[in-house]
Amino acid sequence: MTSALHRLLAKPRLYWPLTKSLQTSLLLATGMAGYMSARCPVMHWYDFLGVGFSLFLAVAGSTILNMWYDRDLDAVMNRTHHRPLADGRVSPGEALRLGLVLSTLGVTLSVAMDPLFGLIVLAGLLFDVVIYTLWLKRRTAWSIVWGGIAGGMPILAGRAYGLGAIDGVGILLSLAVLLWIPTHILTFSMRYFDDYQAARIPTFPSTYGFPATRLAIALSSAVAALCIGLASVLIGVEWGFVRLLAVLSAGLFLLAAASVFRPAERLNYGLFKYASVYMFSAMVLLAL
Amino acid sequence: MRMTVLDRILLLLTGLLAAYEIAVGIDGLATLPIVAYTVAFGVLLVAGLLLLILGFDVLDSPIVVVASTAIPLSLSLGLVWRLLPACRSAYLFFVLLGFVAVLLTRLLPIKNRLPVFALAVVHGVAGLTIALLPLLWAFSGRSPLGFAMVGVGGALIGLGGLLLAFLKAGKPLLPRATILKVLPGLLLLMTAAFVAGFRFA
Repeated sequence: MTSALHRLLAKPRLYWPLTKSLQTSLLLATGMAGYMSARCPVMHWYDFLGVGFSLFLAVAGSTILNMWYDRDLDAVMNRTHHRPLADGRVSPGEALRLGLVLSTLGVTLSVAMDPLFGLIVLAGLLFDVVIYTLWLKRRTAWSIVWGGIAGGMPILAGRAYGLGAIDGVGILLSLAVLLWIPTHILTFSMRYFDDYQAARIPTFPSTYGFPATRLAIALSSAVAALCIGLASVLIGVEWGFVRLLAVLSAGLFLLAAASVFRPAERLNYGLFKYASVYMFSAMVLLAL
Repeated sequence: MRMTVLDRILLLLTGLLAAYEIAVGIDGLATLPIVAYTVAFGVLLVAGLLLLILGFDVLDSPIVVVASTAIPLSLSLGLVWRLLPACRSAYLFFVLLGFVAVLLTRLLPIKNRLPVFALAVVHGVAGLTIALLPLLWAFSGRSPLGFAMVGVGGALIGLGGLLLAFLKAGKPLLPRATILKVLPGLLLLMTAAFVAGFRFA
């Protein structure tokens, strides 16, 4: 009985790392915040769960497809060589099927819920898998812009589902996530510079140097915070929460400035972590 | 010195309490006290997050002295503005002057005792104001008794601020390891006392 249960749980345990659970959770949080920012208080639990479930399926599916395509890169990078696909614990065919099934289910469910919502979810998936991963990631350091646009789709989709239309606030929130993504990717491309060099992926640090990359991270973090702040005022978030956002933004500006003027790897990584905490907190505040 | 799991939990709770106070705990006050309390609890919140993310090494930054001065100055300004209307302008002047004095004595290469003197005066006055004013108001019946908790918070912040400020000034009152060991708990107790005190007020 115990071994049967163990066998039953073995596959999900193996598949879970393929979804990059933290990144998927944060993108899911942005999508839910986008939805709740449009319809507070949330009364329709079936809508709430539907948005969450379809976004989870689509984001997790596209992440698995990315990992399937990039398995050769993951295998040569120290940071990622232990991933289930890279070290052979999951076969490429199995991962491809899983990614396609989850993506298809996610897009189908979202289209069934609302065509506009489904279209944005599908656009996010295509931007992420086709344009970012398949086409540009191995060609140009600027591919991160498309990765960012894909990352901004869940929040736009969630808000569009809540409102029934795309509005300026949704685009502003999407822009904030788009600008947060470089903080994530560029920090990793500096921290694991040798890995990316070994995998021959063009990155900002290898193309433009570390100081320019630090400046890009600082500027994108600061502008992302401004976008979130402006969006929160336009949404009509209570002043207390706006105050809290302003305080968290001030911390982000401080770290961003410090990482440019007193560069240190620890500080850069700290900025990345703070920006993630900031984004999550901002999503919670927008949703309340 | 490595941060323990308990340290992390205490800092997280401190940050959550400070966030609560900024978001909902100070609604309904006049503009200046709101700004002053937002600065004070905001510095506490960001400091807690940075400690969590970067560890105790962040205390080596020169900005720590300025941050540990901004908290008592802004808290005491908010209290004076609410409780002693007659002293508003004078205290606002003291706060601005004190902050600039601490900032300049940190930035400029001054070798004499002026930096320590500036710190002692600013922390002393602000700390006594936060500690004594709420106690006086609470025990004289002008505020609910629970408001005295702000005074307790004031005493704790005075202690923490002095420990940190003098550590950074190169004249530690206690060994660095001891200060780091008690700091997360002290920050949480102090923030909890302030939040409770303002809630009762």
